[in-house]
Amino acid sequence: MRRLVLERRAETPWALTLASPLLAVALTLVSAVLVFLAMGRDPLEALFVYFVMPVSDLWGLQEVAVKATPLVLIAVGLALCYRSNNWNIGAEGQFLMGAMAGGWLAVSTHGLGAGAWVLPAMLVMGALGGALFALIPALLKTRFGANEILTSLMLVYVAELLLDWLVRGPWRDPQGFNMPQTVVFAPEATIPLLMEGGRLNLGTPIMLLVAVLAALLVARTLKGFEITLVGEAPRAARFAGFDAKRLTWTVFAIAGGLAGLAGVLEAAGTVRMLQPGLSPGYGFTAIIVAFLGRLNPVGCLVAGVFLAITFIGGENAQIMMQMPLDVTRVFQGLLLFYVLGCDTLLLYRVRWVREQAA
Amino acid sequence: MTLFEAILLTVITASTPLLIAAIGELVVERSGVLNLGVEGMMIMGAAVGIAAAITTGSSAFGVLAAVLAGMAMAALFAALTLGLATNQVAAGLALAIFGLGLSGVVGAPFVGVQREGIGAIEIPYLSDIPFLGPVLFAQDPFVYAAFALVAGVSWFLFRTRAGLVLRACGENHASAHALGHHVLRVRFLAVLFGGACAGLAGAYLSLVYTPFWTSGMTAGRGWIALAIVVFASWLPWRAAVGAYLFGGATILQLHAQSAGVPLPTQLLAAMPYLVTILVLVLVMRLRGGGAGPAALGQPFVPDR
Amino acid sequence: MTTPLLDATGIVKRFGALLANDHVDLRVMPGEAHALLGENGAGKSTLVKMLYGLLQPEAGHIAWEGRAVHLREPRAARRLGIGMVFQHFSLFDNLTVAENVALALDAAEPVPRIAARLGELSRAYGLPLEPAREVWRLSVGERQRIEIVRCLMQDPRLLILDEPTSVLTPQEAEGLFATLDRIRAEGRAVLYISHKLEEVRRLCEAATILRHGRVVARTDPRAETAASLARMMVGGEVAALRHAAAPPEGPVRLSVRGLSVAPDDPHGVGLREVSLDLRKGEVLGIAGVAGNGQEALFAALSGEVLAPRAEQILLDGEAVGRADINARRRRGAAFVPEERLGHAAAPRLTLSDNALVSGHAASGMVRHGLLDRGRMLGWVDAVTRAFDVRKSPRDPEARALSGGNLQKFVVGREVLRKPGLLVVSQPTWGVDAGAASLIRQALLDLAREGSAVLVISQDLDELLEMADRIAVLFHGTLSPAEPVAGLTREAIGLRMGGAA
Repeated sequence: MRRLVLERRAETPWALTLASPLLAVALTLVSAVLVFLAMGRDPLEALFVYFVMPVSDLWGLQEVAVKATPLVLIAVGLALCYRSNNWNIGAEGQFLMGAMAGGWLAVSTHGLGAGAWVLPAMLVMGALGGALFALIPALLKTRFGANEILTSLMLVYVAELLLDWLVRGPWRDPQGFNMPQTVVFAPEATIPLLMEGGRLNLGTPIMLLVAVLAALLVARTLKGFEITLVGEAPRAARFAGFDAKRLTWTVFAIAGGLAGLAGVLEAAGTVRMLQPGLSPGYGFTAIIVAFLGRLNPVGCLVAGVFLAITFIGGENAQIMMQMPLDVTRVFQGLLLFYVLGCDTLLLYRVRWVREQAA
Repeated sequence: MTLFEAILLTVITASTPLLIAAIGELVVERSGVLNLGVEGMMIMGAAVGIAAAITTGSSAFGVLAAVLAGMAMAALFAALTLGLATNQVAAGLALAIFGLGLSGVVGAPFVGVQREGIGAIEIPYLSDIPFLGPVLFAQDPFVYAAFALVAGVSWFLFRTRAGLVLRACGENHASAHALGHHVLRVRFLAVLFGGACAGLAGAYLSLVYTPFWTSGMTAGRGWIALAIVVFASWLPWRAAVGAYLFGGATILQLHAQSAGVPLPTQLLAAMPYLVTILVLVLVMRLRGGGAGPAALGQPFVPDR
Repeated sequence: MTTPLLDATGIVKRFGALLANDHVDLRVMPGEAHALLGENGAGKSTLVKMLYGLLQPEAGHIAWEGRAVHLREPRAARRLGIGMVFQHFSLFDNLTVAENVALALDAAEPVPRIAARLGELSRAYGLPLEPAREVWRLSVGERQRIEIVRCLMQDPRLLILDEPTSVLTPQEAEGLFATLDRIRAEGRAVLYISHKLEEVRRLCEAATILRHGRVVARTDPRAETAASLARMMVGGEVAALRHAAAPPEGPVRLSVRGLSVAPDDPHGVGLREVSLDLRKGEVLGIAGVAGNGQEALFAALSGEVLAPRAEQILLDGEAVGRADINARRRRGAAFVPEERLGHAAAPRLTLSDNALVSGHAASGMVRHGLLDRGRMLGWVDAVTRAFDVRKSPRDPEARALSGGNLQKFVVGREVLRKPGLLVVSQPTWGVDAGAASLIRQALLDLAREGSAVLVISQDLDELLEMADRIAVLFHGTLSPAEPVAGLTREAIGLRMGGAA
């Protein structure tokens, strides 16, 4: 009889750290072919629509950057959380909260001809709104020991309902034919576009800057070491004199702030208003981005671009092949499964052994 | 039937899926595994359940298919966390995301299809008892199943040797292994049971409660079930109390909405989630810290 | 000639690249007390795990009473009549004594009936136990009783004990020997794993000695001396500790006054009114059985947990009770906790990152919040040279090092800073004799060069060898420290058991 056993590795080969997410992507592509076959579609055509078409022209590339911007911003923050064993899964709510906090300024200054200060103030408000909202689960965790996974997730529903109320109630556009949405933001409350004929805006360079800063934080600073150590070995972190509770606050605030920033960038840049469907699930997809990026900011950047492609591919497939949008989520879920499975290779050697006969 | 009886009846129906899913997860956690993917298993149960019921025309077949779907999802989770020793939190999240997506694909052809829900079974004589009769003994089979699950799991965990072994695996897997108990096998079976319960709870939503399919119809109930397990301090009877508390909160806000309480409907709709947070805080405060199984969430890899 | 009870031949077991058992032969006769001797890492535990069915050998044969057997799982071993008492116990803290016993029995038996049988048996052997108590409420000695009684409930022919006295006071150990004599009088064989040679000479009539996974000798320990057995175990002489003359009485470096601390977790033991003085140039030993407040003492002295009042801990005369661990490091203190992996070092981080764990506060490794990787690596190289840390790459992950080498690294990391005060817990726990002797010498030299060293250890022999004075920790209270010259093992042992 043969069976599979895990043998602990003494040391993880460097190349494997890079190869494991690539293997996960490859496995996802293989699975995608099987899914397409099962749905009776031509797998080559579907793969083309999903993964190649989005990057085959300039407009498509701009869209990829537009979608990757919130994903990477959120994922970088989540990576810091997960590195330190703080399971913030409520980024979707923090994203919406940021959009609402920033959007409030846009709505309340609308038509007043306010100056250029509005946009920077909106970005600050967005980051603050997200950060404060993220501090709720952090506080409940450090003060009462309440599980942050559950509390942060519950707050997503609360944020969604709050946004729903605002755009149907106090902030609804009076000239909007009763649609649940705010006014279209005025130019001074809109993120400038980077080029004509697309939606690429200033958010993308901001995202790139954040990714670089986060990479430096993790690799080069004592704070980054603290984040890693608290996650890897909490007792050793206490021995190092690091305060795990304070760190919980810090990483939740950073993650919430970045998610909030992503939210206000999305509202003021890409959508230019508040509406219930503001996020197509960025906050949840960013969890996958963070893991696929190996909880490393630069990795998140690469992974964010990849998942942005699947988002656009999914929309293309819906239009061109009448495939349900949920197929994208199936792929994303599968991808996370494979990423986690492949990560086992880093810690363990998987080996077949023959059992001695009785 | 009085209004109070009617409210009580709806509370019971709203609580039942929470209770069934929570009992399943309770057994899983008692064995030392944290499966956060209840939401994903539950909604797969809902989608597959109604798909099978509509396709075959048999509610019973729908329920069976839902249970199997939940177990299949659980097996996927087990393969990752038990077979490959991956992080249980991350794998649970993956299961939730995957289930939400896959259920949308499975359920797409059935959007908007109405069908007759599974009816109540009136227990002869007992259902004629005034007040108690219609509330307790004229319910659909799921309600009885939920009660049976609470009693059965309680008996299993605290009165049988297999239950003792399961609790031992959740307390200290190294010791259990040293005594020759098959930790991974026990956990695998527990995870499958949790999946079956979550699938059953999902079937209840799509075959009895609504009864039709909409994408994302579990609306966080899987996560609330997880909170109920914490609230219950991993005790089956307390899980029943917790489930009814949350079911009550849901129904009260529905009644408040229809009675025209001058609050935004969105605020009322947020009540169950806010109550969940409040309860999590209060229970930690009163109990002063975790009393969960000591090995909860820790991967186990035996030496070879 | 009688048939051996247990006859294992040519046993081979490999873990990755490590050959843990290399064609090991072991023969235990009926009714015999057989010692399995060897250093940490010699392969003793691996061998007995195979005899108990927990691990499967890759090659070799096991015969029971002359019949070849295949021990697929512990159940199979128990069915033959093999019982095992584990070194770190295999108990469940939150379950009752009776439930713990039920989990080791193969027949399904209602817990109340087990409780009744348990009561009878434990009275018959003079091993009192309350079946309904939860295990976390029990002392270490009582916990071992559960392990022994639950083996006896299965009427074993061979009882395997893995390092049973490492957690007991000398008096408790005497009690255990009496029980074992009684078990042997009933005709049961005992396989006794230990590295304590005097015990083995007192108890056993045969010994198999392992070194690096191989059998190096079979002997009658009663015909040997402790020194000759030690030579066989280690494969040469171990350097005796070089004692420099104790310096004249220096100033007090560390002073603790009436320190009481609540335990960290609800099942733990805190500190009650602990006072001590530690002088420059001196080694103070803190003896005691595990679980008597050692963790709380280390946490309070290091600053991982703050004292209620600042003046309860004085470092060079300054009140530091409310100062955190890094503030104390900056004042010249250094600390080595008991757990190598997870507490002293993070398993999956490199040694240079691990140098930063205790070094970031009081060294040049960090400037303006930025890491100086060159200096971190330099520190690793310095420790490697000074403490003979054996590793293949320059900067491996901590988990890649053997226990002895990692312990040399985490001790060296602190000693190299020439701290004024070093608090070290279990400095040589589970390391080989060579590493242990190097570490002890380094600690002693550090003290003689003008530091003050506090050693918390459960190994009484180690303390008697190194310390100038010894105090005993029992249930969170510390006895006054007394010079080693005037102390006997018996006197310390009584205090460790709370008798004096």
